[in-house]
Amino acid sequence: MSTTAPPLRSAFVAIVRRDFRLAFYNRSDLVNPLLFFVIVVSLFPFGVGSNPEQLREIAPGVIWVAALLATLLGLDGLFKPDFEDGTLEQLALAPHPLSILVLAKILVHWLLTGIPLIAVTPVIALLLNLDPALLPTLLLSLLIGTPSLSLIGAIGVALTAGIRRGGVLLTLLVLPLYIPVLIFGANLLKTAQFGLDTAGQFYVLAAILMLALVLAPIAAASALRISLN
Amino acid sequence: MIHFPDSRLEGIALSCVRGENLLFDSLDFSVQAGEICQVFGANGAGKTSLLRILCGLALPESGQVLWNGVDIDEQREVFTSSLGYVGHQNGIKGELNPLENLAAIRALTATRDDMDAESALENVGLYGYEDIPCRYLSAGQKRRVALSRLLLTAAQCWILDEPVTALDAQGVADFQKVLENHAKCGGLVLITSHQALTFGSIETRRIEL
Repeated sequence: MSTTAPPLRSAFVAIVRRDFRLAFYNRSDLVNPLLFFVIVVSLFPFGVGSNPEQLREIAPGVIWVAALLATLLGLDGLFKPDFEDGTLEQLALAPHPLSILVLAKILVHWLLTGIPLIAVTPVIALLLNLDPALLPTLLLSLLIGTPSLSLIGAIGVALTAGIRRGGVLLTLLVLPLYIPVLIFGANLLKTAQFGLDTAGQFYVLAAILMLALVLAPIAAASALRISLN
Repeated sequence: MIHFPDSRLEGIALSCVRGENLLFDSLDFSVQAGEICQVFGANGAGKTSLLRILCGLALPESGQVLWNGVDIDEQREVFTSSLGYVGHQNGIKGELNPLENLAAIRALTATRDDMDAESALENVGLYGYEDIPCRYLSAGQKRRVALSRLLLTAAQCWILDEPVTALDAQGVADFQKVLENHAKCGGLVLITSHQALTFGSIETRRIEL
């Protein structure tokens, strides 16, 4: 009989694998945020008018706002199914820090929502007439920025997991925390459009990511324990 | 045959408030290794709340829960490695088949060497259902998947909330044997059930709420 629990690493890997498998069975849930992102961005030329210069100017902001809202849309399924079928209780009663197990779930969530958003961005950017030279900067900013969005969002989802209609509350809780990421992400592109150095904004985005990576799983784990109570 | 060390789970002056209602107040009890403790009470008396407090999932209004004399909040890792909990919800994923569900559990908690997922499922009468996603199983079969988790883990302390709901007569009889066997090996069991359960020669305790 083995009385010690498996190492944390294998628990982490098991959660990642399980969540990937679950996502595969619920593929349609993954398409929603991506479709939302594409639709919102592609509607802008119709709404704002097809002046290429104007579109080029608003492109970074539009893409960042759409990516932010799409991430928020995809967050709902992060903990709620686990909360409802009782698997979250089992995670909370595992002899591992809940924060690390939560981090595994957030990682999968970002890989399955954040990465596809980034993948379609080059095509979407064409619709908004974004300067092709800016594309690498935009992609890099999204690559650093969207994990922060998933991590910060996880705190809000954890707090509202036990609430039947937590959608609006989630938005109110999380959006203020998203603002800094949005400001630095979109501003970075503006600065790049003028041909200025963007290192400062990149550092701030990276700092936010590091902060969120360390603190958000702990906050989300505590919030989940409160939701379970 | 495994044998667990001598352990005990104690509740000291536990009280629980849900909303405006005081469910129970200054509840003291102790369960020793080798004992089965049945919690009785009417609907809404606080049986589930008590079990969730004992697991550490919920906090009591006052009082503490001790595992081998130490507060469970101070040794969460130690306590949870010897805890097997089956709650109201089965804690299984409908999209995954029973084997995949058990594999996830295996990676999370300490499991027994002498039992693999296939034989655990066979023991709860799910032979031949290993590959079927759990959402296609009946309520009783889902419950059996949840209970098979107990066979797989090396947990000494089982906390079970209405484990036999939806089980057929044979399932209930088999599960009583499993509990009896667990107690004989030095395990301890806290259980709520609206069905009368009998456990032959095993020491049983009652908590009335």
